[in-house]
Amino acid sequence: MYDFSGVTRGIHEFLSGHFSPLGVTLWEMVIAGVVLLLSLVLIAFTLGYMERKVAAFMQLRLGPNRVGFRGTLQIVADTLKLLFKETFVPQAADKMLFNLAPIIMVVVTMLSLAPIPFTETLQFYDMNIGVFYVSAVTSIGVVGILMAGWSSNNKYSLLGAMRSGAQIVSYELSAGLSIIVIVALSGSMQFSEIVQSQANGWWIFKGHIPVWIAFVVFLIAGTAELNRAPFDMAEAESELTAGFHTEYPGMRFAMFLLAEYLNMFILAAIGATLFLGGWMPLHIGNLEGFNKVMDFIPPLVWFMGKTFLIVFIIMWFRWTFPRLRIDQLLTLEWKFLMPISLVNLILVALAVILGLHF
Amino acid sequence: MNIFEPENKKLVESEQDFVVNVGPQHPSTHGVLHLKIKLEGETIKAVQPHLGYIHRSIEKMSEAGSYRQFSYLTSRMDYLSSHMNNQACALAVEKAIQVEVPERAKVIRILMAELTRLASHQLWWGAMGLDLGAITPFFIGFRDREEILEIFEDTCGTRLTMNYVVPGGVMVDLHPDFQKKVVAFLGRFKKRIKEYDDLVTGNIIFEQRTKGVGVISAEDAISYGCSGPVARASGVSCDIRKLHPYDGYEKLEFKECIETEGDCFARYKVRMEEMKESVKIIEQLIDNIPEGDFQAKTKNVLKPPKGEWFTRVETARGELGVYLISDGTMKPYRVKFRSPNFSHVSALEHMSKGGKIGDLVAIMATLDLVIPDVDR
Amino acid sequence: MNNEELKNFVAAHCPEAVAEENTEWLNVVVPHDKVRDLLFTLRHDPNTELDYLFCLSGVDWKTHFHVVYHLESKRHKHIVVVKAKVEDRNNPEVPTICDIWRTAEFHEREVFDLFGIRFTNHPDLRRLFLDDTWGFPLRKDYQDDVTIVSL
Repeated sequence: MYDFSGVTRGIHEFLSGHFSPLGVTLWEMVIAGVVLLLSLVLIAFTLGYMERKVAAFMQLRLGPNRVGFRGTLQIVADTLKLLFKETFVPQAADKMLFNLAPIIMVVVTMLSLAPIPFTETLQFYDMNIGVFYVSAVTSIGVVGILMAGWSSNNKYSLLGAMRSGAQIVSYELSAGLSIIVIVALSGSMQFSEIVQSQANGWWIFKGHIPVWIAFVVFLIAGTAELNRAPFDMAEAESELTAGFHTEYPGMRFAMFLLAEYLNMFILAAIGATLFLGGWMPLHIGNLEGFNKVMDFIPPLVWFMGKTFLIVFIIMWFRWTFPRLRIDQLLTLEWKFLMPISLVNLILVALAVILGLHF
Repeated sequence: MNIFEPENKKLVESEQDFVVNVGPQHPSTHGVLHLKIKLEGETIKAVQPHLGYIHRSIEKMSEAGSYRQFSYLTSRMDYLSSHMNNQACALAVEKAIQVEVPERAKVIRILMAELTRLASHQLWWGAMGLDLGAITPFFIGFRDREEILEIFEDTCGTRLTMNYVVPGGVMVDLHPDFQKKVVAFLGRFKKRIKEYDDLVTGNIIFEQRTKGVGVISAEDAISYGCSGPVARASGVSCDIRKLHPYDGYEKLEFKECIETEGDCFARYKVRMEEMKESVKIIEQLIDNIPEGDFQAKTKNVLKPPKGEWFTRVETARGELGVYLISDGTMKPYRVKFRSPNFSHVSALEHMSKGGKIGDLVAIMATLDLVIPDVDR
Repeated sequence: MNNEELKNFVAAHCPEAVAEENTEWLNVVVPHDKVRDLLFTLRHDPNTELDYLFCLSGVDWKTHFHVVYHLESKRHKHIVVVKAKVEDRNNPEVPTICDIWRTAEFHEREVFDLFGIRFTNHPDLRRLFLDDTWGFPLRKDYQDDVTIVSL
């Protein structure tokens, strides 16, 4: 019903009539890149606006409400302001790494958006190791943070970078283990197949307790990987002023911000795809009428709705909880989350082997 | 004119030492406190406070003003309990010139002082949340503080540095709406204090961050000169309102809040309890403010006899002492302010040694430091 | 103990101590070289046990300095004020007491900063608020033509 394949096929045929096969591929890559970039900026703006509004309503404030309709253009104004700011580099900084770090952050984030299935047909690259690819690529982000912290030549930055290095490396384990639970259940690493495996019910519903545990672990570990409160050790503005990006001005700072918001979106998108069925509509057993109504809602709306639900939960965390201390943070990972997700994985593996799941 | 060679306790002993300057501009020092901390990884090895960024020599300036004037400077010391600072100065001058303060003025003073304490603790509660990484409490604390400041504004004309208490009583009479507004505020606040507990007190992360952190024993607390909620959290009975009552506190029923753990969480609990006690004190007085003068008749120029007087007042942060020496002229010969925060800063190293950077922030938050009071 | 008993106690342990008349609390003036012994006794003797030093201030009396110690006992609830008298204005010295009361470390630094009274054996005697080249502003003979306008 709501299908983008017609559009893409049309573009493909139009280009094939004018260019050689190589030219067609190149043009399609350019078009996909532009669309990706535009959608990224749009997503980041939306998340920025959403975060401000969510924070404001949790804190008895109104949030941005002057620029544009109900403040929707505030974030555009802020971006313009950051663009016009002077971008200076501290004298003692390692200039090459200092300039490279924000670029790495953003590039890594954009790379990891490639295999995410927005709908059945709206997916940039459906590779057969999608899940593995995403977790591999996102972990490069820590290099950017370490680079930023080290090259700034600032003690706060260095502390923040070291903290986030320890934190992200640790929490990647739990996040990975909870993703493997779904991989084990669905039997594939390809995002499209994982979504298809949930056609008769999302994993959060048919996976029972192990999947619930995996989902909670995934949310906690994911929030920690994002360096967001209550795990914002790397920034910790009351301890380390601004952590690894203390020295970054103007647009370079904005790139860190962009990377943070996009990472949040990617994390939520992966969570929605793996646990909440991606673009699959909600179906309940044999309620034909209900299922028809659900089918009528476009898959993109389903996907975005689930993603933004998880985004909201992550924001809710941030504006409610105090920050953990660094040793408590690592204790939580190594003494609680890791053993729990390991045991959980063994349970799921047994269930899959014995055929106990649906 | 450095006639003495300073003996410097060396902080940096080897190249391995990682020394970080926390402040003078830092989000969690709430002012211009400058700490040099020596780190080993995240663990704090030494803390060295460097003071004086906001030193205005209030003691020296007090010697130049008259007995009526010098108390106005003290509003700028601990600006969150400016009322009690003025009160301490007024009490010292009253002791010197031997003036009996009218009952109405005394009651007004207590009401204002307890409202100030509430406002100060609300700000502390919000700022503490901010320091520990939870931003939402800040706004909730400020919402309630705002209402108190509006009540102050009605009567005193200002919101922060009130200069309302003068020798002999208070400067002007209460605003006609004062009673109504305070009663309405208390009704709201008693419900809202439950919100405070819901948001922070039972939170597991908050308890992890504060329990067993920054412990100071009762003996050390006394030895370091800690007072107010900090000492009471260690089990030291030190409420000046109870031990050396002034302005009619002896007639009121309220409890001295004491905890024994001596950690950050105990200090938190003491302050939360104090808010409830302050509400009780205000409730006892708000409906029966005696009629009469709000200021005793005093001469225009105050000239106390030769002598010295010491008054002690319980501010929101602890014990404020005013040591007033007169040589019989119209200006004070020497004024010394014993400020609670000054002693607390000296105890900072003892509390935070061996902890993490996050602990230092939690300790500073629960000590509730106000830097202008440290530097004076 | 009440003031009379405290006075006798101090007189027994430090014969040089002079008590002041008509004061709220017991005030005793002690020569600066005797003050440390007296304060040590007052802190550790079980009858006095003045464990809370709530104020330490310097006073410039033009001819001499006073270093004033306000002491309270948390257990016995009595208060004693001890004043160390320093005659030598050019090189004033008082023994430190920051090993008896820890809070004295900062208070002594403050007095050193503002009066120039040197506390011997202090572990870290540096200027606290002002920089090293500044004078001692709370001395009565302090002159500053730039920042203080005298009328």
